[in-house]
Amino acid sequence: MGVRMFGASVKRKEDPAFLSGKGRYVDDIVLPNMAYAAFVRSPFGHARINGIDKSAALAVPGVLAVLAYDDLPETLKERPLPLFVQVAALSQPKMPYTLAVDEVRYVGEPVAVVVAESRYIAEDAAALVDVDYEPLPAVADCLAALAPGAPPVHAGSDNNVAARMPSKIGDVEAAFAGAPHIFKERIFQHRGGAFFMECRGAIGSYDPVLNSLLMYISSQGAHRIKRGLLDLFDLGDHQIRVVTPDVGGGFGPKGSLYVEYPAVAACSMLLGRPVKWIEDRRENFVATHQERDQYWDVEIAVDGNAKILGVRGTMTHDNGAYTPWGIVLPWISVATVPGPYVVPAFHIDMISVLTNKVPATPVRGAGRPQAVVVMERLMDRVALELGLDPAEVRRRNFIQPEQMPYKVGLIFRDGRPVTYDSGDYPACQAAALDAIGYEGFRARQEKARQEGRYIGIGIGNAVEGTGLGPYEGATVRVATNGRLVVYTGATPQGQSHKTTLAQIAADHFGVGIDDISVETSDTATISLGVGSFAARTAVNAGSSVHLAATKVAEKIKLVAADMLEVSPDDLELKDGFVHVKGVEEVRKSFREVAVKAIGMPGFSMAGGLEPGLEHTAYFTPDQSTYANGTTVTEVEVDIETGRVKILRLVLAHDCGRVINPLVVDGQIVGGVAHGVGNALYERLVYDDEGQPLSTNFGEYLLPLAADVPRVEIVHQETPSPLNPLGIKGAGEGGTIPTTASVIGAIEDALSPFGVRIAEAPISPQRIVELLGEAALGRTR
Amino acid sequence: MSQTRSIAVTVNGRTYEKTVETRRTLVDFLRVDLGLTGTHIGCEHGACGACTVRVEGEAVRSCLMLAVQANGKSIVTVEGLAQGNALNPLQQAFWEKNGLQCGFCTPGMLMTISEFLEEVPSPTEEEVREALSGNVCRCTGYQAIVDAVLQVAAQARAEKEAV
Ligand code: FES
Ligand code: FES
Repeated sequence: MGVRMFGASVKRKEDPAFLSGKGRYVDDIVLPNMAYAAFVRSPFGHARINGIDKSAALAVPGVLAVLAYDDLPETLKERPLPLFVQVAALSQPKMPYTLAVDEVRYVGEPVAVVVAESRYIAEDAAALVDVDYEPLPAVADCLAALAPGAPPVHAGSDNNVAARMPSKIGDVEAAFAGAPHIFKERIFQHRGGAFFMECRGAIGSYDPVLNSLLMYISSQGAHRIKRGLLDLFDLGDHQIRVVTPDVGGGFGPKGSLYVEYPAVAACSMLLGRPVKWIEDRRENFVATHQERDQYWDVEIAVDGNAKILGVRGTMTHDNGAYTPWGIVLPWISVATVPGPYVVPAFHIDMISVLTNKVPATPVRGAGRPQAVVVMERLMDRVALELGLDPAEVRRRNFIQPEQMPYKVGLIFRDGRPVTYDSGDYPACQAAALDAIGYEGFRARQEKARQEGRYIGIGIGNAVEGTGLGPYEGATVRVATNGRLVVYTGATPQGQSHKTTLAQIAADHFGVGIDDISVETSDTATISLGVGSFAARTAVNAGSSVHLAATKVAEKIKLVAADMLEVSPDDLELKDGFVHVKGVEEVRKSFREVAVKAIGMPGFSMAGGLEPGLEHTAYFTPDQSTYANGTTVTEVEVDIETGRVKILRLVLAHDCGRVINPLVVDGQIVGGVAHGVGNALYERLVYDDEGQPLSTNFGEYLLPLAADVPRVEIVHQETPSPLNPLGIKGAGEGGTIPTTASVIGAIEDALSPFGVRIAEAPISPQRIVELLGEAALGRTR
Repeated sequence: MSQTRSIAVTVNGRTYEKTVETRRTLVDFLRVDLGLTGTHIGCEHGACGACTVRVEGEAVRSCLMLAVQANGKSIVTVEGLAQGNALNPLQQAFWEKNGLQCGFCTPGMLMTISEFLEEVPSPTEEEVREALSGNVCRCTGYQAIVDAVLQVAAQARAEKEAV
């Protein structure tokens, strides 16, 4: 075998095409005779539709069709979009129909779709569709939606509770009853949206000859979308194929099945022409799922040594108007609160609330950054009240490595008890503190203050369930021309799957990564798939590639052993050949072996072997594998303007064994930027009627190159015992602990003024406001 | 519904003559009419930089320019950077430093930076970050991009000194 690929920082296979403008994103695909769709969307947070006049739009030259609910195929009129994650706690499951029936429940909800010869014409005509709306009372804030007498988000419902779920460990009443110290916090958190650079898009191409539908969709998993379309259209498995081409970022929300997809499919069926829809950025702000608000009312009980006795409270979550991901997002939030700490008693009641806003579904980190903010705010509060060093309070409460595997006592969204498999949390924090020079920080801080500068340091510790099941499969095949290919339902959106999965396979065949094609997310190539989200692909698809490649490599040796009349154990694979160890000339090419392996017409298969050089494996992890990380951030706050400058940011993390350090570092640094955005910049603003007030990149701030710090990464490596490669997910580890660390650092910087921060994100204006309030409080 | 006009535009050294609607944006002209899909659309309001191309050498947001305004001008897009199959030094540095993940912002980044490095051949990290502040990348956190730019600048300096 040549140079080992697993673990090497190899340059990515994907890049030469992307760098020279040869990527194939959905909007780059042009099919013959294609038409273009544009949607008519609700301008109201809540309204009844009394009528739709399409005549003016239909009169525009070049317009081919205008469809509203009444014009949809029968099955789409009968059925709302399927809900894939039903649980008992979800008392009001709500799913939309492809186009609004007679009521719209958020600004941006599709009411009609116009198809035309060009996108320009489709958009012109969409503006001419005359919808007679009767505005209904709307409710945008999730606390307001819970208040008695709040208008119902869905007319006719008697309340807006989508779900209630308690999460408990031990006896929390008893823990608080005798506690020497109890501290209470009310924390508001807001996370914005994904804001991938490539907006969503879909092409539907109906083939009347085969009565089949081909869809190209910018998604995070073609198979789940196909499953949804099968339900909606009542077609046979062979009649729908979904392909996901190159994807310009996903970060969670591209994993959902959206109403635009069946709508585009229906247009193509009706017209017998391919139909393309590409979301524009304004639509992206109103129609792509977001994460948004959570209100946490929490208390912590600690003993005289700052050891946690219990945590309790409630969390109210802004779900939006429909429930496509059930309670997954708030559930993850609550289950992540205990983090790396021993929490003997715990009780948080989660309430997920319907609001007149676009649905909230997971965005990179998936509710976990909020949980970390909550727990770390509580740890800082304990430190402040008891006069202890914040790092020390955390040290006293860490789960120790010898306690692994550690049962937290909660049930995770994978349905299994939260059981941390491995990791060394004290060492991870220690490494991060060491790297930033925590020891000397207080002296630096003092000196800065004497110069009139306010610097602060903050710690964020997180444990993250990664590699969620059920599975992600892989087929590894040697074609009869000797070429190697891996097929998988995994769906990259920038995570380098084509490189990392090729790295895993390459070692089994003694080849380089460019000798292996990795074909992702095409439902025609592998029958089952789940998709790429929840930092699950390296673990699931990676393990499946490993298992399948192991089998195929074994088979190459078996078949070749017969051809060369040697024992399989005497063979090894290299550069497209299988040869006798030490005698490279005695060899067969993969091509020869593959041809042999398919048999000859009329002849029996030799040795009772199954035909073909291929194997499909579906690695099914028993439970999630838990990665962990610590962010430590040093900031400077300008007390005049409230401006926050990040001076240094260290992230120590453990994602088990690393397939490609270059790729993992990229994931971490990108994730940190997202966490910084959530701490300082990103905010989706709505008015009380659910009217979005941030619908472009001037109003919604994304972190730019000058806003984010250079991330100093410290690697720890505790192999996961739960999969054959020892890997854990790495896609979200940069984001999850970072927001909490930045918020903590700002509070620390402002500690001379007694400012407490119980919210994220925090803007310069708000910092100035808090400074003002603190000053008034002091003089009062 | 809209007026049309005939234009001649040179893109990556080749001259195209087309009749376009006056309202057609330059980015739609490049992507749809010429099939040069390497230039991407990220916002259509001039805020993300994904659509950046060079018009007469100047880095320009092609979503904010009309195709008719490019009449008679010479444009370079991402497809014009490589010499044949050989990536140029900036593209090569992006590859080595992992300066891209999903690749969607990349063409705009490359075009912005190529102009910047002509103007500021030996930039500091801060200058690079400032120069990139009109281009949004949601994947990389910018660090690897900044490193790639600094590497190209350093290489160019070393080559110059060697001469
Ligand atoms: S698409 Fe032109 S700047 Fe965003
Ligand atoms: S690489 Fe994905 S947006 Fe920059």
